[in-house]
Amino acid sequence: MTCLPQPMPGAKKLGLVIDLDTCVGCQACATNCKEWNASGQSGPLPDLHPYSAGAEGVWFNRVHSYEAGEGAAGRTVHFPRSCLHCETPACVTVCPTGASYKRAEDGIVLVDHAICIGCGLCAWACPYGAREMDEDAGVMKKCTLCVDRIYNETIPEAQRQPACVLACPTKARHFGDLGDPESPVSQLVRERGGQALMPELGYQPVNSYLPPRNRSSLAAQPEAAAPEAIGNPLLRWMDRVLSR
Amino acid sequence: MNPAGSIVLFTTASGAGYGLLFWLGLLRPLGLVPGQGLVALALALLLITIGLLSSTLHLGNPRRAWRAISQWRSSWLSREGVAAILTYIPALLLGLALWVDAPVLALAAGLLAAAGAVATVYCTGMIYASLKPIRQWHHPLVVPGYLALSAFSGAVLLAMLAAFAGGGAVPALLACLTGAGALLLKRAYWQAIDTAPPLATIESATTLGFIGKTRPLEPPHTEQNYLLREMGFCIARKHAAKLRLIAQGAGFALPVLLALLALLLGGLPAALALSLGAVLALGGLLIERWLMFAEATHTVMLYYRG
Repeated sequence: MTCLPQPMPGAKKLGLVIDLDTCVGCQACATNCKEWNASGQSGPLPDLHPYSAGAEGVWFNRVHSYEAGEGAAGRTVHFPRSCLHCETPACVTVCPTGASYKRAEDGIVLVDHAICIGCGLCAWACPYGAREMDEDAGVMKKCTLCVDRIYNETIPEAQRQPACVLACPTKARHFGDLGDPESPVSQLVRERGGQALMPELGYQPVNSYLPPRNRSSLAAQPEAAAPEAIGNPLLRWMDRVLSR
Repeated sequence: MNPAGSIVLFTTASGAGYGLLFWLGLLRPLGLVPGQGLVALALALLLITIGLLSSTLHLGNPRRAWRAISQWRSSWLSREGVAAILTYIPALLLGLALWVDAPVLALAAGLLAAAGAVATVYCTGMIYASLKPIRQWHHPLVVPGYLALSAFSGAVLLAMLAAFAGGGAVPALLACLTGAGALLLKRAYWQAIDTAPPLATIESATTLGFIGKTRPLEPPHTEQNYLLREMGFCIARKHAAKLRLIAQGAGFALPVLLALLALLLGGLPAALALSLGAVLALGGLLIERWLMFAEATHTVMLYYRG
């Protein structure tokens, strides 16, 4: 049913917290996501012309890089973009078939590939570009928050996390329950001032992005006009010899 | 947004078909349309059906299209499907009433068919108007635009058929009025979307505005993908300006003038003038519908292009 579930107080809201301070843009999350989902619930994930010009495919996670600010105050920021599992996802309510749905028990937004007609309206309704059409199967696909991993009792408990989170070498990705104010991810969002993407559109994303820390104190200092006096006698002697 | 041919054809053909059905359902029982009206009804249903079939070509899984009528409680696309199917019932009953000459049934079925036509086109408009990430569609003039274009193209077609059946000044007059109204509405819409501010910025899309002005540095992929093809379609501003002029001239101004001319001439010349007007109107509307997609921008492109 494409009507949204009634929001219950204290309900689970599973999602990701992404640290823009420590993401190094290595694409490991995107690669591991593709690897897992190509064979899991969403598989196969098509790749068109994989070995020739015009190679492209369906990916649930795309890592952009941006420059923000100018000069010494500027930053290069790597920015992974995937489904935010919004609290009011229009991608679900526009679906004419009931293939798109938001789970009441944990808030994950999913597509039932067995009934999707591939009209593409949900992709139009998503402001974040989280959905990509599988043009081989004619159905829409998207991030499942690795629903086939996180509840999977056949894999070790430590690995019951989304593939992107497990792959991240800098621990820039965190998975947890953002509906519980005391969960580690909620505390992280509180401490670091986590932000929602495009909050003005009112989709209420569950995923949160931690802002890059302020590094202005580490920014390159302008060169001193006059050299300071050299304290070390050996260096002072070398400076004198080399200055001849 | 990528102007998919099947959707452009659907909104033009079905829009004209529902407009024709609307005017026929209202005017024929009142005796304001000459002739039996069955030809007009057949043309309306033909256009509607061609459009609906064309829209299923846009689907990844057309054989599952029947599933699209299940979620009418939340989805405007689903409501459109339901309204489209339900409208066939009074439309066919109207056909029966005209065939056996049952005026009471014709009046009731005609009114219901007209209401169904309005409801279906309203739902079509709402599919687009409800999409927040596309500011050119999420606009209060989009639904009135769909209704006006449908009423206008339907009136032109009915005027043409009425002229061939030997008279009927009312449809031609309606074509003039709805054409002028639709043109004014469309110009107001273009003016509004040209001056409206963007919905969001790359800074709000990335949260990086607190550092400063943000610009894309490295793309996430070097080749195309579905998002770029579907949402990244761009039309050069100069082409858009020219196409708007062509749409206004061919789609609205000339058909209205031809309808006026037909009102003055009467007889066969009127029928010929209105035929030319109908062809021009539908051609112009195809361009206008294409522009409706080509000029629309989606917020996901903020991530790619800033």
